[in-house]
Amino acid sequence: MSEIQLWTTIFIVLTFALYIVIAWRSRVSETEGFYVAGHGIPTVANGAAVAADWMSAASFISMAGLVAFLGSDGSIYLMGWTGGFVLLAMLIAPYLRKWGKFTVPEFVGDRYSEAVRTIAAAAAIIISFTYVVGQMNGGGIVFSRFLGLDITGGVLVAAAVIFIYSVLGGMKGITWTQVAQYTVLIIAYLIPAVAVAQLITGFPIPQLSFGQILGELNSVGAQMGLNEYTQAFTERPMVDVFLVALTLMIGTAGLPHVIIRFYTTKTVRGARYSAFWALFFIALLYTTAPAVGAFTKLNLMEGVRGRAVDQLPDWVQNWANTGLVEVAPGVERIGSISNDAEAGADLTINNDILVLASPEIAGLPAPIIGLVAAGGMAAALSTAAGLLLVISSSVSHDFYFRRIRKSASDRERLLVGRIAMGGAVIVAVIAGINPPAFVAQVVAFAFGLAASSFFPAIVLGIFWKRCNAIGAASGIVAGLALTITYMLYTLDVFGLQEHDHILDISPEAIGAIGALVNFVVAIVVSKLTAPPPVHLSEMVENLRYPGKRGQKPAATPEGG
Amino acid sequence: MTEESPDTQPQSHEQWRRDYWRGNLRLMVVLLTIWFVVSFGFGILLAEPLNAITVFGFPLGFWFAQQGSIYVFLVLILVYAIRMDRLDDKFGVSERDENGDRL
Repeated sequence: MSEIQLWTTIFIVLTFALYIVIAWRSRVSETEGFYVAGHGIPTVANGAAVAADWMSAASFISMAGLVAFLGSDGSIYLMGWTGGFVLLAMLIAPYLRKWGKFTVPEFVGDRYSEAVRTIAAAAAIIISFTYVVGQMNGGGIVFSRFLGLDITGGVLVAAAVIFIYSVLGGMKGITWTQVAQYTVLIIAYLIPAVAVAQLITGFPIPQLSFGQILGELNSVGAQMGLNEYTQAFTERPMVDVFLVALTLMIGTAGLPHVIIRFYTTKTVRGARYSAFWALFFIALLYTTAPAVGAFTKLNLMEGVRGRAVDQLPDWVQNWANTGLVEVAPGVERIGSISNDAEAGADLTINNDILVLASPEIAGLPAPIIGLVAAGGMAAALSTAAGLLLVISSSVSHDFYFRRIRKSASDRERLLVGRIAMGGAVIVAVIAGINPPAFVAQVVAFAFGLAASSFFPAIVLGIFWKRCNAIGAASGIVAGLALTITYMLYTLDVFGLQEHDHILDISPEAIGAIGALVNFVVAIVVSKLTAPPPVHLSEMVENLRYPGKRGQKPAATPEGG
Repeated sequence: MTEESPDTQPQSHEQWRRDYWRGNLRLMVVLLTIWFVVSFGFGILLAEPLNAITVFGFPLGFWFAQQGSIYVFLVLILVYAIRMDRLDDKFGVSERDENGDRL
C-alpha cells in the first residue's frame, strides 16, 4: 500500500464512521421526521445541508477542470449554478415552506390537480434518477484511483453507507450527515487551494491571487495550442453562453432535491435565511474553483511542456492507469495539450482529474491527497442521498399512497418510505456500476428538464392565482416536449442521428427556451379556460403571508 | 378565513394584504433587475468591452463572470431576507410566539 493509499483509507474510514454515528443519533420514528426532518432544522445547519446536497461530485470533482479548459466561458457553470439561488430565495423557497408539506409533486397536486401531481412525480423520479447515477459513478472514480478498488467495489461501499443513514434517518439523518459532509468537503477543497495559491503567488487567498497568473496562463496556453484563457466566447457563442447560464439558473431553482431542503426549516423566515447561508457555503467553493482551475492548469502545463515522454512527472503515470490521462502514441516531447481526445494533442487530460490530481501536480504531501479523496466522496454521497430521498418520497408518497393505498397508518407510511429508499439505492447501485450509455450525456441535461417543467409551474402557482390545472399541465407538457425533442435532435443518443445546432443554441441551453414556452402556454391556456376554484385562490393567498396577522415584536409594540 | 360580503368593509380588511404583496413584489423586481444586470449584463453581454479594463490582473468582464456575480448574488439574498423581515413586522405577519419572540 502506498502512502497515498494509506492516508486515503484513513480519511475515508474516519469520515464514513462519522456519518454512521450521526445517522444512528438522528434516527427517526415518524413520517414527518423521515420526509422533512420534522420541520426542525436550524437555519445555518440547513444552509450547510443545502450546500452539500447541491454540490455534487460534478461540482467538487469536475467543475474546476471544466472551467480550466473552457477558460472564460466556464463562467456558465459558475454563474449558472449560483444565480439560481437568487431565484430560489425570492420566488420559491419561502412560499413552499409556508405551505409546508412533504414533496414537490404534492405542492403541484394541491395547487392544480391530481393529474398534474402524477406528471410531476414522474418528472421528479426521472430527473433525480439520471442525476444519482452520476454520483454513484463519481464515488466509484474516487475509489478506483485512490484505493485501487474496481468501480464495482467502490460503488458498493458507497451505496452501503448511504443505505445505512438514509433508511435509518430519512431526511433527518440525511440532513445532519450532509452538514458533516459539507464540512469535510469544504476543508478538503480549501486546504490544497490555499496551499497552491501560496506556493505560486505568495498570497494565500486564491480568489484574489489568481488574477496575477492570468497573463502567464494566456501566453503559456497559446504556446500549447489553446485559446486565450480570459477571452470570452472562444468555446461557445455569446447567445449560447447566455442561454446555458439561464437554463442552469432556472433548472437549479426547479430541482426537486434542492427545493425539498427548504421544507425542513422551522419557519418561512428560516427558509429565506437558509437560502442565504446555502449560497454563502456554496460560494466558498464556487469562487475558489476558478482559481483552482487556473493554478492547476498553469502548473500542469509548466510540468509537461517540452518534456520528453519518459521524463514526465509521476502523476501522469498514476492517472494514465485510470485512463483519464493519455499520451498520444508515437509522441516524444509534449508540445500540445487538450481535454478532447479527438483534438489530436500530444497529451489528453480528462476534466475530472484536475481537482483530484491538483495536490499531486503541485507536489503537496500525501495526507492532503487523502483528504481530497474523502472530500470527493462526501460530495458524491451527500447529493446521492438527497436524490434518493426524492425518488423514495415520490414513489411512496406521491404514487403509492395517492394512487393505491389511500388510508395507511403512519407506521405503514414510514415502512413503505424505507422500503422505497432501499429499492432506490439498489437501482442506483446497478445503474452506477453499469451506467446506461445515455446517462452520462443525459445528466448534464437534467437542468434543462427541471427548468422547462417544474420552475414555471411552481412560480405561476404562487404568483398568478388565475393559473389553472389545465394551463399548468399544458405548459409542462409543451415545455418538456420542446426541450426533449431538441435534445434528441441535436444529440447522438438512443441511436439517433446528431444534427447541427439551430441558431447556435446547444442542447444544454434549450431548457431556458423550454421554460419560456411553458410560461407562455400555461398563461394562454389558463386565460382561455375557466379560473381555478375559490379554495385554490385562498390557498395561494395563504402562501403569501408568513405568519398570522397581528404578530407584534416583543420589544416595540405598535398599532396595526 | 371568514366570509365577507363585498359591501361591508372589505377595503380595510383586504387593503393591507395588497400593500404587503405589492411591497414584496417591488423589492423583488429591484433585486432581480440587479441580478440580471450583473450576471447577464456585466458577465456576458458586456463582457468583451469590460475586459479592456484590468483590475489586479483580472479583465473586468472575466472577473464579473467568475467572481463578482457570485458575491452580488449573495448580497442580494441577504438584502431580500432582511428587508422582508422588516416588511413582515410592518404588516404584523412575522412568525412569532405568544411573547412576540421570533420562532
